[in-house]
Amino acid sequence: MPDGGYSDLSVRGIEELYRRGGARPSDVVGSCLDAIEAKDGIVGAFVEVFREEALARARELDGEDSRGRPLFGVPVAVKDNICTRLMPTSCGSRILRGYRPPYDATAVSRLRAAGAVIVGKTNMDEFAMGSSTEHSSSHPTRNPWDTDCAPGGSSGGSAAAVAAGMVPLALGSDTGGSIRQPASFCGVTGIKGTWGRVSRYGLVAFASSLDQIGPIAADVDGCARALRAIAGADGIDSTALADPCPALEGGGEAALDGMRIGVPSSIKGIDLDPSVSAALAAAVRHAAEAGSRVAEVDLPDLGLTIACYYVIAAAEASSNLARYDGVRFGMRVGSDTLGEMYARTRSAGFGEEVKRRILLGTFVLSSGYHDQYYGRACEVRERIRDCYRRLFGSIDLLILPTAPGPAFRLGERLDDPVAMYLSDIFTTPASVAGLPAVSIPAGLSADGLPVGLQLIAAGGREDLIVRGASALERAFAFRRRCVPGGSGGGGRS
Amino acid sequence: MRREAAYEPVIGLEVHAQLLTRTKLFCRCPARYGAEPNTLVCPVCLGLPGALPAVNGEAVAMAVRLGTALGCRIAPASVFARKNYFYPDCPRNYQITMYDAPLCEGGALEYDAPEGPRLVELERIHLEDDAGKLLHRPAARSLVDFNRCGVPLVEIVTRPVLGDPSDAALFLQNLRRLLRWLGICDGNLEEGSMRCDVNVSLRTPGSRRLGTRTEIKNLNSFKAVEAGIRLEIARQRKVLEGGGEIERQTSLWNARRRELVVMRSKEEARDYRYFPEPDLPPLEVRAELVERERSRLPELPLARERRLRAEYGLPAYDAGVLCAERGIADYFERAVRAGAEPKEGANWVMREVLASLRERGGRIEEFAVSPDDLARLVRLVSDGAISRTAGTEVFREMLRTGEEPGAVVGRLGLELLADPRRLEMMVDAVIAANPGEAARFRGGKRQLLEFFVGQVMKESGGTADPRLARDLIERRLAPGGGER
Repeated sequence: MPDGGYSDLSVRGIEELYRRGGARPSDVVGSCLDAIEAKDGIVGAFVEVFREEALARARELDGEDSRGRPLFGVPVAVKDNICTRLMPTSCGSRILRGYRPPYDATAVSRLRAAGAVIVGKTNMDEFAMGSSTEHSSSHPTRNPWDTDCAPGGSSGGSAAAVAAGMVPLALGSDTGGSIRQPASFCGVTGIKGTWGRVSRYGLVAFASSLDQIGPIAADVDGCARALRAIAGADGIDSTALADPCPALEGGGEAALDGMRIGVPSSIKGIDLDPSVSAALAAAVRHAAEAGSRVAEVDLPDLGLTIACYYVIAAAEASSNLARYDGVRFGMRVGSDTLGEMYARTRSAGFGEEVKRRILLGTFVLSSGYHDQYYGRACEVRERIRDCYRRLFGSIDLLILPTAPGPAFRLGERLDDPVAMYLSDIFTTPASVAGLPAVSIPAGLSADGLPVGLQLIAAGGREDLIVRGASALERAFAFRRRCVPGGSGGGGRS
Repeated sequence: MRREAAYEPVIGLEVHAQLLTRTKLFCRCPARYGAEPNTLVCPVCLGLPGALPAVNGEAVAMAVRLGTALGCRIAPASVFARKNYFYPDCPRNYQITMYDAPLCEGGALEYDAPEGPRLVELERIHLEDDAGKLLHRPAARSLVDFNRCGVPLVEIVTRPVLGDPSDAALFLQNLRRLLRWLGICDGNLEEGSMRCDVNVSLRTPGSRRLGTRTEIKNLNSFKAVEAGIRLEIARQRKVLEGGGEIERQTSLWNARRRELVVMRSKEEARDYRYFPEPDLPPLEVRAELVERERSRLPELPLARERRLRAEYGLPAYDAGVLCAERGIADYFERAVRAGAEPKEGANWVMREVLASLRERGGRIEEFAVSPDDLARLVRLVSDGAISRTAGTEVFREMLRTGEEPGAVVGRLGLELLADPRRLEMMVDAVIAANPGEAARFRGGKRQLLEFFVGQVMKESGGTADPRLARDLIERRLAPGGGER
């Protein structure tokens, strides 16, 4: 067994380990559980660890055949807004504390069917609303690279768990960047597929028309394997895509040869951390050297995109979160009258950020304002989608930063929601347009914090982002740092 | 009286009809009435976090069937929308309905009213899911039963074209008949499988502008619809005549006290914040589905009613009774095809068949006497093989034993007694047993003839040929007819 145990292995590494007969699922799962025990006191990536259940499942797998199960014996952490049968699923909210759903999300049952072992639930911003994982009713999660920094959000727990080497793979959810931005902040890889690529059945809804479940792993290959396992049509999610997911293979160095890559011209006016600009320039240089045709392209206004995103997301959230009322499940603050029970329960159960968005969403849907805000945002979204559809007629991949800079410090943006919202400026386009996007680690800031780059492709073309990201990943040769607060480190070679 | 005419009512209806699908609109739970509370539920209809709706194709097909029957335009793509409001019987706190892109638009319901043909134009028909049921218990405790939650409803909205309360009630009866005829709703107003909300406004005759309308909910019988509308018209008229203005409001019909109770005033009007349901793609209805449903439509009740009149020369009343249910009309026509004379057949169906259905309950489709056997019976009577009285008895026996009529007649010896010798003996015996009546008849009290006929029928167990019996009695009691 290597020094750090098996928890630091990639998904592929674990598969090879089993194939060699080097270890059994219970060894790997046990090693991950030990790593969680050792490191999570500092990082706080998890809200629940299913130690006994995970070990029991791993021991069952010890005696089974791995064939036909692409994630056989792979320990997986699941974001706490994805339903796990009879296991706590609280979405980082007081209002759902102690809630145990009676069913598994489709993505979770597909992971299980693929042989994965669920080891626990990861921390998140309440109902996935936030970009720092600070808006959790449980505790803030720390960035393993610098524990004074935020891991990003809202899937901060999942990204931190992978970055800290506690698990090789985690599920996150992405509404406006909630997989990609924390992946970028934590120096790991995350994919948000085309809207509908992964069934949303069992994903606790934030903004239905934007939400997507996706994988976070140490490398592109790990994400691709997981995405393949969970993607595909689902009879109980009518918005899941019917057509099969394209083959997701790296394709090696030659993948970039002849690819048409667009770099947005419009980001020049945005204040980027020098490390982000440098990473982008390096990626462009590498792609050109590898035979890609790189050209500057115009994107639909990013400010407008983010505004459109926040109006639509808040509108849908205000409706999606109406069911937390104290009547059937979760928290209830009782009262003599129905209206007061609703008000007290929701006032006590939701945090400030969630309340802010519910109020915002209720407002933009209200009669008299509906057309001006929600209606207009929907029109803008259609135009943005058209623009990207046209754009991807002439390019294969769009390359742009995942976030303007590296992780910010915990607490730094808590009092400034607008600044927090603006950190989503590069991630909301793929969300609003429903396009597949990946974030890969691409370098380190002056303070030694990771920064990521994002690749976006046309709807349905996850194969292109995986091929492009694999090639760039190899070029960047980014090494993950695994010991929170300790030495080590990584970076571009 | 002149002031009465100063305003005319304008009435529009919104009818909710529960569809008779096997499962609910957005999940696979059975759509069944009367089960133990909260036993027909799942994460979807309970609105649990993360659960998503998936549309039941059977419900769409039924709604399309109704739309084609009413001549609506069926939208190739309609859009489900969320109607947001908080109430404990609505677990997601939003209803999934249709708003600005409904499944069906336009169309009309046509029917024959006493004063002539009537055509009521429709605004729209759309699909939506039903709410659960609140059970209010004493000691301030309320319980919720979610079994009904998610049962598919069609909402049928008329244009504001109904002119008075009885017009509204007649429309509803005809709509109910069509829903049952198409097999998509059982139309039970008391149990709430069909519910009616009414919009009422008044305007000066000739004016094209509609007045402010108010809404009445919870009208759970045809009588309630009429009475509720009448009360609301009277109320509005009084307000207007007093120089006041009508304000938007919603009232509930209280069936026990037969009065309207204001539920929401204008200030409390709800903002439902409709927006397209992001969990469901637009509902695509392919032309093939519309064609399939259209081609499978049965002959509709109005057409059938008119055809029964024309083809069989039935009175309007008979045609109306026979076409109250598709099964009854089918039963009748099967009997006619099996040889029953139409008017006679109609009489038998309307009297014996419908009466015993009412008494015994059950569906006409499973009625113990088959239309073929009924036709045989009708023919036995009209051919004079048995008397009408005996026929009634044969019918009762057929109902009891399931035998065919010939067998019953044979077993009970009910063949028409038309043998003059045997009948003569019977007539003589009856006259001998009633000497006083005989004397009075001879004294000129002719009305007693029916008494003697009745006695002979009784004596013969209903088998006597009444005409022959009458002749014989008259002859025997005629002056000089004498007894032997």
